[in-house]
Amino acid sequence: MTAEYVGLGGWTPEALGVPGEVLPVVAAPDPVLSRPGPEVDPTSTEVIRLAADLVATMRVSPGCVGLAAPQVGVGAQVFAVDVTGHPKAVTVHGTFVLCNAKVVEASRWKAGREGCMSVPDLTGDVKRAGRLVVEGVLPGSGAPVRLVTDGFEARALQHEIDHCAGLLFLDRVAGAHAVYQRKVYL
Amino acid sequence: MNELAITVIGRDRPAIVADVAEALARLGANLTDSTMTRLRGHFAMTLICVGPAAAEVEAALAPLAADGQLLATVRAVTPDGRTAPAGEPYVMAVHGADRMGIVAAMTRVLADEGGNVTDLSTRLTGSLYVVVAEVELPPGSSDEVAGRLARTAAELGVGVSLRPADPDLL
Repeated sequence: MTAEYVGLGGWTPEALGVPGEVLPVVAAPDPVLSRPGPEVDPTSTEVIRLAADLVATMRVSPGCVGLAAPQVGVGAQVFAVDVTGHPKAVTVHGTFVLCNAKVVEASRWKAGREGCMSVPDLTGDVKRAGRLVVEGVLPGSGAPVRLVTDGFEARALQHEIDHCAGLLFLDRVAGAHAVYQRKVYL
Repeated sequence: MNELAITVIGRDRPAIVADVAEALARLGANLTDSTMTRLRGHFAMTLICVGPAAAEVEAALAPLAADGQLLATVRAVTPDGRTAPAGEPYVMAVHGADRMGIVAAMTRVLADEGGNVTDLSTRLTGSLYVVVAEVELPPGSSDEVAGRLARTAAELGVGVSLRPADPDLL
């Protein structure tokens, strides 16, 4: 055991203390999306700014429930998630940003259709854990966080953690007929 | 009983499947395994059927191809042809900037390692090229195959992953 991991403790993006800037979202085959990002210092000015930018960019992107640093061109283990109001969400932790996050427990695997802002024209069937425990640290304070979640939020977290490791949903599709041309754009 | 390999491909329009299936049904040709899909605006059917002689089926499909919009081929094949021994099922996914020879290079690695591709699809969208292949690998070979695939992918400037296929049996 290292640090004592707790919940989000009422964290909101306002705690970052800086306004976020909306950044352009990069699309595959940009190589930044295929490179594992390094761990970051969550208390550094750049990471705090990046966290605010990810939240700002996520909020202006229709249907976006998560955005990882590589998607704005930065190789780093930082991502934002917000599944609030999504019809498939069960457990919802609101808007949050995690740094250096890792999956520590995963169970109840289930296939589902996923899309990605960085792969705008395709979707794919991917198996993800429906019950998930993730540990990471908050940008700004660096406070350790342990999140227990399920369903759609769990899927979003796994998708973003994959981005930070240089993986796209395309790397996990179930088979040769599990990639689809996107028919509906949000 | 004749076993026939039939392909039909042409500019997509409604009723291609109905037209072809009807022609086959009229001849008493039984449609067994098939795939039918739209590829960049062309509709492609590949099917195996059993029943009449190849020449009869060819004649029956000829009117469909008469306007030059559809191309049909019919060929007699050996029933119960030799199949490769089943290996361990894996899914290979490749994605990256489109360039010449990605499928050739990656499937050559699989072939050299004794792998057998059982299903494969590709998508080109913008400059992003995606290949997903289901492949059976000789038992115990996956680590070596994954290493060779990664090296070849790096030379091509694309990414590759090789994962065990999940049979999802209930």
